[in-house]
Amino acid sequence: MASPIEQFQIKPIIPVINFTNSSLFMVGAVAVIVGGLLLATRKRAVVPGRAQSVAEVLHDFVAGTLRDAAGEEGMKFFPFVFSLFMVVFTANMLGMIPGFFTVTSHVIVTFSLALLVMGTVVIYGFMRHGTHFLGLFVPSGVPAWLLPFIVVIELISFLSRPISLSLRLFANMLAGHIALKVFAGFVVALLGAGGALAILSPLPLLMAVALMALEFLVAALQAYVFTVLTCIYLNDALHPGH
Amino acid sequence: MDPVAFKFLGAGLACIGMGLAAMGVGNIFGNFLSGALRNPSASDSQFARAFIGAALAEGLGIFCLVVALVLLFT
Repeated sequence: MASPIEQFQIKPIIPVINFTNSSLFMVGAVAVIVGGLLLATRKRAVVPGRAQSVAEVLHDFVAGTLRDAAGEEGMKFFPFVFSLFMVVFTANMLGMIPGFFTVTSHVIVTFSLALLVMGTVVIYGFMRHGTHFLGLFVPSGVPAWLLPFIVVIELISFLSRPISLSLRLFANMLAGHIALKVFAGFVVALLGAGGALAILSPLPLLMAVALMALEFLVAALQAYVFTVLTCIYLNDALHPGH
Repeated sequence: MDPVAFKFLGAGLACIGMGLAAMGVGNIFGNFLSGALRNPSASDSQFARAFIGAALAEGLGIFCLVVALVLLFT
């Protein structure tokens, strides 16, 4: 029987240019997003149809999240945040289709996304505020003797952000897919045991179905959490003072 | 005892941290719900904040999972 972590194996499809199954599903996710949005907004009707409504709901949802977290000023980052949300969301959802590869279940993918976010925050923060951006690490209203400790703690908390941002998405997808495969493995093992044990085999199947529903929730939720945290970090770049 | 056995013991111990993270997440949503039931009109605006808190609490538990995975697969 296949091991539960075999699904995360990266297999080359075109070895010459290092095109793997991970690359294939990344390209697939982008194709789904671009194709879907282009198709949905093709008519640009004043009264939206069904497909256009979906596109508008997605747009308004991300725009609302960004506006709540970073204010009207943050809307200049909307294309970035929207692309990020759509890529993570679509990659998670494509991964939920049985047999498909989950791009976001590899830490290097999510870590690259998190580094992109933190790189944007740091570069834009310094461009916009210069050295005032470092005020991010110095909260106002702290007694002077406490300041060295607070600055160190704030610095560590800032530096751990890309790690926690990437690990959260990666580990959620990884753990969920392993759990699904483990319960699917129980079905096969019970059927293989035969006799009275085979009668029990629908039980782990039911559990796998329930887990599948939970995983759909987690896939959408983690995409949302990734977006919200991105918005909060961008807000730090826009307004570094505490 | 076999040194490899300690790796598995360590992975199992690391998973205790995930249970503690579960308590943290439950605490956040429990308090959110009890607050939302007292003042339902304010609950919508605080919904995102509850999720941010849950995500941060969950992230710390995820570190335990990563420790467990590193112990198991390296």
